[in-house]
Amino acid sequence: MLDKRKIGTIGFCLMLALFAAGCKKKAPPPPPPPPPPAPEVKQPPAAPSIVQFVAEPSSIERGQSTTLRWNVTNADTVSIDNGIGSVAASAQRRAFPSDSITYTLTATGPGGSKTATASVNVTAPPPPPPPPPPAVKLTLDQMLSSTVVDAFFDYDKSDIREDARAALSKDAEALKAIFTNFPDTITIEGHCDERGSAEYNLALGDRRATAAKAFLTQLGVPGDKLNVKSYGKEHPQCTESNEECWQKNRRVHFSTGQ
Amino acid sequence: MKRAFWFAAAFGGMLLVLVAQQSDVIIKLTQGDRPAIAVPELRGSGAAQPLMNAFNATLYNDLDSSGIFKMVPKTMYPLQVPQQPSDFREQSAPQATRHGQQPRTGGGTWLSDWSSPPVSANYLAFGYTAAQNDVLVLYGWLFNVAQPTVAQAQILGKRYFGSVDEAGAKKIAHEFAADIIGQFGGASLLGSKIYFVSNRTGHKEVWVMDPDGSNQRQISHFNSISIMPAVSPDGTRIAFTSFVRGNPAIFILSTDTGRQLPFYNQVASMNATPDFTPDGKQIVYSSTASGWAQIYIANIDGSNLKRISDTRALEVEPKVNPKTARDMVFVSGRSGPQQIYHMNMDGTDVQRLSNGEGEASNPSWHPNGQIIAFSWTRGFATGNFNVFVMDVTTRHFDQLTYGAGRNENPVWAPDGRHLVFMSTRSGGEQIYTMLANGTQVQRLTTAGRNSTPVWAK
Repeated sequence: MLDKRKIGTIGFCLMLALFAAGCKKKAPPPPPPPPPPAPEVKQPPAAPSIVQFVAEPSSIERGQSTTLRWNVTNADTVSIDNGIGSVAASAQRRAFPSDSITYTLTATGPGGSKTATASVNVTAPPPPPPPPPPAVKLTLDQMLSSTVVDAFFDYDKSDIREDARAALSKDAEALKAIFTNFPDTITIEGHCDERGSAEYNLALGDRRATAAKAFLTQLGVPGDKLNVKSYGKEHPQCTESNEECWQKNRRVHFSTGQ
Repeated sequence: MKRAFWFAAAFGGMLLVLVAQQSDVIIKLTQGDRPAIAVPELRGSGAAQPLMNAFNATLYNDLDSSGIFKMVPKTMYPLQVPQQPSDFREQSAPQATRHGQQPRTGGGTWLSDWSSPPVSANYLAFGYTAAQNDVLVLYGWLFNVAQPTVAQAQILGKRYFGSVDEAGAKKIAHEFAADIIGQFGGASLLGSKIYFVSNRTGHKEVWVMDPDGSNQRQISHFNSISIMPAVSPDGTRIAFTSFVRGNPAIFILSTDTGRQLPFYNQVASMNATPDFTPDGKQIVYSSTASGWAQIYIANIDGSNLKRISDTRALEVEPKVNPKTARDMVFVSGRSGPQQIYHMNMDGTDVQRLSNGEGEASNPSWHPNGQIIAFSWTRGFATGNFNVFVMDVTTRHFDQLTYGAGRNENPVWAPDGRHLVFMSTRSGGEQIYTMLANGTQVQRLTTAGRNSTPVWAK
């Protein structure tokens, strides 16, 4: 229990103290506010670093692939343009560029962003392999002209001679091979030499082609694939007036189309 | 009356000779008593004169190539050539005078100047032309100079009109010649057409021209091989064989418009060598529907077809008798090399006409239905055809060409006196006309190769 005297003395002393303090430095300023809390990392953050961004190989032929390899540090996001998008910081990926291209890698982190490029040189492939098989007609024509031969006749005759038998027998096998490869029909053209009348020769050429067709179908060539057409003496392959030339024109010839 | 009788007798006489002489079928067609005609050069006044060379050449050629006349050489003519009837003087009756100074000729102004030697003409064609109001007018007369008086001599006196240019001059010359020929019962070829095949465009197409080779015009435009034409009797349609759709097939065009008319080609590798029946309502042709070229007949559009021949031989070129319409000639290989055959329309009574020698083809009927012209290699190497004529009944034949190249596809003119044919006598194939005795050969074409002519009214 404190007596009144004692409480008064303490208060007096305190006031003295306060006065004493205040009298020594006349009205001191308030202290500065405390500094803001320090950031967690004391040092300024490091910028991202692209350790590696390469394309291997850097030169390819069209249709081949290249490998993009990269290694990035201090980055939050890493992306590559040209349709690849966001990727991991360190990885590799195969790419199939069709033309020469430059990939740009963008790394973004707290310390900023950085880019690096990797170029791939795409060269055209070598010319395509020899004559492409597209033109079926040409091949059919080639097959016809290389494997099917003309058959020849005597004057004013449509009988199949010995040499024509041999020729047409060979033709039969060749035509069968052709028909297994092509849907086309083949025309047997009948031709004559210049000597008979044009009118009679039109009929004679038809008869020669018809006789050749009959011979071929007997050997198993499908008759519905063979068209008969007479040119009479309208399309001679030789125009001199001698037996050598006339013989060349007395023939059946095989052709494509109508 | 008297005059008409004389003409009838003269022309009838020529025909009689033709029929009577069996061993020389055709030669007599143009021989016998041919009237002698003098055709002096006509002159023109003013602007007409420069055209008279063309006129005179055309008139002379038409009369000469008609085969009806004996043309009196111009060197024989008197010096004074009448240009109109009033230029003639009546010959005074011969009077015996003391001094014998009675003139013996009129220098060309007497009828007897023309009828007596050295001219010895029966007839005189004369006249003149003038350009009047931009029209070329011909005053043309034909006189029978054997008559005693000028008044009785005139047979023909007529005016003709044409344009004042060479075409007009040729036109009136053709018309004057046609009237003169008509006086002798001859059918003029004026207005008739020759259809043929030419490759001058690079493709064989059907063409047409006048009988003297003028006015050549392309009919078909198929850019293919179009050959072997035939013309309907009325001249309105042309049928031929073409490769335009692939295999040889028959096509028909209107000759006026060039428009294609429908024709059904039966399923065959070849339908070819069409010809019209005399009534123009049907087509006869050759088809390989059976595997062999055989003769068929069908309607004008190809419908209602019927097979006529039935052999395992090649048969082409059916030609129906224009007079009877009941029989036909055709070419067949049924006995070996191609020969000319004759049969009825139903295929019966088949007879071979050519005797089996060589190869015979291209038969063509004379308008009288008794004589054919055809090409034959008889007497020559294979392929060397010559033109022959044959009486179908007696089978007597005459040869009209002799080995001057190939001579093929003879076809009678509507007048029955001329033939058109193809010949290689000058190198390439060209078209010629000639009289039915083998004379008066005239070349009509030069451009490209020209073949297979047909002569239509």
